[in-house]
Amino acid sequence: MSIDLSQFFDVFFEESFEGLDAMESELLSLEPGKEDQETINTIFRAAHSIKGGSGTFGFTAVSDFTHVLETLLDQIRNGERQLTAEHVNLLLKAVDCLRAMLTALQAQQEPEQEEANELKLRFEAILNGDNASSSQAEEVSEPGESSSLPITFQIDFKPLPYLFKTGNEPLFMIAELAELGELETQVLHDELPKFKQLNPEDCYLYWRFFLTTTRGESAIREIFEWVEDDAEITIVQCGGLFEEPASEPSESDTQHPPGEPESQADSSALTKPVQEIKKESPQVKDARKNADPSTTSIRVGIDKVDSLINMVGELVITQAMLSQIGEQEITESSIAALQEGLAQLAHNTRDLQENVMRIRMLPISFVFSRFPRLVRDISQKLNKQVELKLIGEQTELDKTVMEKLSDPMVHLVRNSLDHGLETPEQRIAQGKDPVGTVTLNAFHQGGNIVIEIMDDGKGLDTEKIRNKAVQNGLIQEMDELTVDEINELIFMPGFSTADNVSEISGRGVGMDVVRKNIQALNGSVEVSSEAGVGSTFTIRLPLTLAILDGQLVQVADHTYIIPLISIVESLQIDIAKVSNVGKGLQVLRLRDEYIPILRLYDIFNHRGAREELDKTLLVVVENDNYKVGILVDDLLAQQQVVIKSLEANYQRVDGISGATILGDGTVSLIIDISGLIKLSGLRRPGSSELLVDLKADEAVTA
Amino acid sequence: MTEHTKLNQQLVLDTESDEKQFLTFMMDQEEYGIDILAVQEIRGWEPVTVIPNSPSYVKGAMNLRGTIVPIIDLRQRFGITHIDYGPLTVVIVVSVKLKEQTKLMGIVVDAVSDVYSISEEKAKDVPDFQDSENAQFVHGLVNVGEKMVVLLNLKKVLDLHDKSSVKSSGG
Repeated sequence: MSIDLSQFFDVFFEESFEGLDAMESELLSLEPGKEDQETINTIFRAAHSIKGGSGTFGFTAVSDFTHVLETLLDQIRNGERQLTAEHVNLLLKAVDCLRAMLTALQAQQEPEQEEANELKLRFEAILNGDNASSSQAEEVSEPGESSSLPITFQIDFKPLPYLFKTGNEPLFMIAELAELGELETQVLHDELPKFKQLNPEDCYLYWRFFLTTTRGESAIREIFEWVEDDAEITIVQCGGLFEEPASEPSESDTQHPPGEPESQADSSALTKPVQEIKKESPQVKDARKNADPSTTSIRVGIDKVDSLINMVGELVITQAMLSQIGEQEITESSIAALQEGLAQLAHNTRDLQENVMRIRMLPISFVFSRFPRLVRDISQKLNKQVELKLIGEQTELDKTVMEKLSDPMVHLVRNSLDHGLETPEQRIAQGKDPVGTVTLNAFHQGGNIVIEIMDDGKGLDTEKIRNKAVQNGLIQEMDELTVDEINELIFMPGFSTADNVSEISGRGVGMDVVRKNIQALNGSVEVSSEAGVGSTFTIRLPLTLAILDGQLVQVADHTYIIPLISIVESLQIDIAKVSNVGKGLQVLRLRDEYIPILRLYDIFNHRGAREELDKTLLVVVENDNYKVGILVDDLLAQQQVVIKSLEANYQRVDGISGATILGDGTVSLIIDISGLIKLSGLRRPGSSELLVDLKADEAVTA
Repeated sequence: MTEHTKLNQQLVLDTESDEKQFLTFMMDQEEYGIDILAVQEIRGWEPVTVIPNSPSYVKGAMNLRGTIVPIIDLRQRFGITHIDYGPLTVVIVVSVKLKEQTKLMGIVVDAVSDVYSISEEKAKDVPDFQDSENAQFVHGLVNVGEKMVVLLNLKKVLDLHDKSSVKSSGG
């Protein structure tokens, strides 16, 4: 029973998350005033099915919450309410909130209610607001009210001294308020002057009310309608933290001294969301961590499945043909037929393999789709105008790669927005279009997928990076570095040029983490930049983590596999170009570079390998723009290998990224280049220190 | 031998609720037993692929129908003198749950011996060999007829992250 239910849960969560994604992307495409009926319908349908599903599974918190936004959407859909930018913002927040709730539920945790309740209040405030164009709207919104708790408002009412002269009587208003719901009244009399100075015609008292009502804010506002200009009125919803209430009355501004109302309002609006985000994020992260073990699934297009079935059909036919040949007596003609059959079998298997791999492939739009929202939010916060261009959204890559790609990409895009793009004023001053452009471009190149993140901002500030690196002791004051080498420095641990630590980027988790994450996927990340024109980050990744092109190499009687993607060249060593640089390290001068020689047999403790340099081969590999030569006895075949986990039944082995099974059924281990370099004891502090060392030593030996 | 089988039958017939079946194997004239439910299959010895920088008792990795399975030489694990592998040398593939993860591993032993049903209650505690590192591998001792069988604690035997293999654990 419980197993069955949890199966349905998985489907429900998956569909809900998909629905939320759809809602989000549709909401972003909405432009208030020009909304498209179909778009609204899509959003409505997504909300509706989430509500239905969550109701079925007893997630009442989710269904109640969804009900409110569904009501609003329904009114908009029926044309009873005009869509505003505020609605869109609120709906987007609701999507986030729902996502957090569902993530928590998926991890079998109690979802955080606070935010949901607060958003619900705001939705209800809108629903009850007088901007609904007909009384019908009221009816529609009623179920929303009945299912919701009454809201408590804090109302500060401070009449100006001449209130009585305008013919208004606060007592009547208080009586009217009491009619709306439960009213608690506080009279504040600290401004009451001494009796001698008291002018009986002036009003010195002011009030604070706590009104618990199911009616919206507009109803309260109506009561004070006549005194709006003669009093300071602030109406705030109570209970829970809230962001600046959407309908914060403009009158509240009068509280601020006239000199600085702008800035104060600004800062409070800015700091509040920040605090909230900080408060929430650990929880969301926790939930995500816990959700991890739940089985993930892929939705596969029916065409992919169909073509698989076709392939398997062909495979069965080939197999039947082969077994028929096997039953016959072996003649020359049957041998020819056998060979033909085997060729066909090889062909079928390859096709099948490719198609099975394709099942794991998803268009990169799954990652790209989250960026419009991200860019919108961040650019609003930064007051920058940004246009996001997405190119090559249909480029496919492996699902596992995609999942791990998302975080580094978010980081890079944030960086581009925060550090790369200038403010509109700066851009205009430089004769650029005030609207900056961030382009995400994905395409296939060889067996790799390449993703470019381009901005047309100010580019990397090499001078600043250099100074910072000197400051952090990464480079020496007088080191001469090329522009590329300087740009490379941003990938060093603990490096951030941000002057101020902001919420968007520059929290110390820097580009080094991005690079590490990408490297964990056997990929690389590079940057190129031109001052004033913009910068481009290029991520290169293998299409899949399941198969790689490998070069088989032999060391003594062991066969290892070096990923072909990392191999630069393989060569016979010219002993004249080898220098000893102490501590048993040898380097080979290859054109303008010094390549450290790593003896694989030494690192892996194998006996019986060839040790003389002139009888061996050097496989030059590149990792992170850092080249090393791996000394092997011989090069064997190149082939595609299926990556198997060594860790699954054993444990992590340093210098080894996995294993595979060769054609003869034996196991062969795949070399992890960066692990190997680490294992060899070669220090590679961002390449600079080592290279400097080498150069110095070279000078001595030469 | 006949006496042995009789005894065996008697043991099998005498199925009390807490009896468990143990597969026994020989190593250096001693008989060791492991829970038969952990045994996946028994194979002849085949050369394996060496895993670099692993402890000496890890012989390497084997392809078991597409799964990579590490092979442990039990003689070396226990510090018993090494002998050359012969036609009787077998690899017993076992599955053990280590840290919430089920792992398939192979152990190399001299030869398989028998299957007994043994009540775990009859297993005696290990005599005091605190000094011996191997004591942790022993679950208990049990007499079967005239012979003594050492019941092994497979989890301990195959937990390579143990302190005895600190040197090899890199990550």
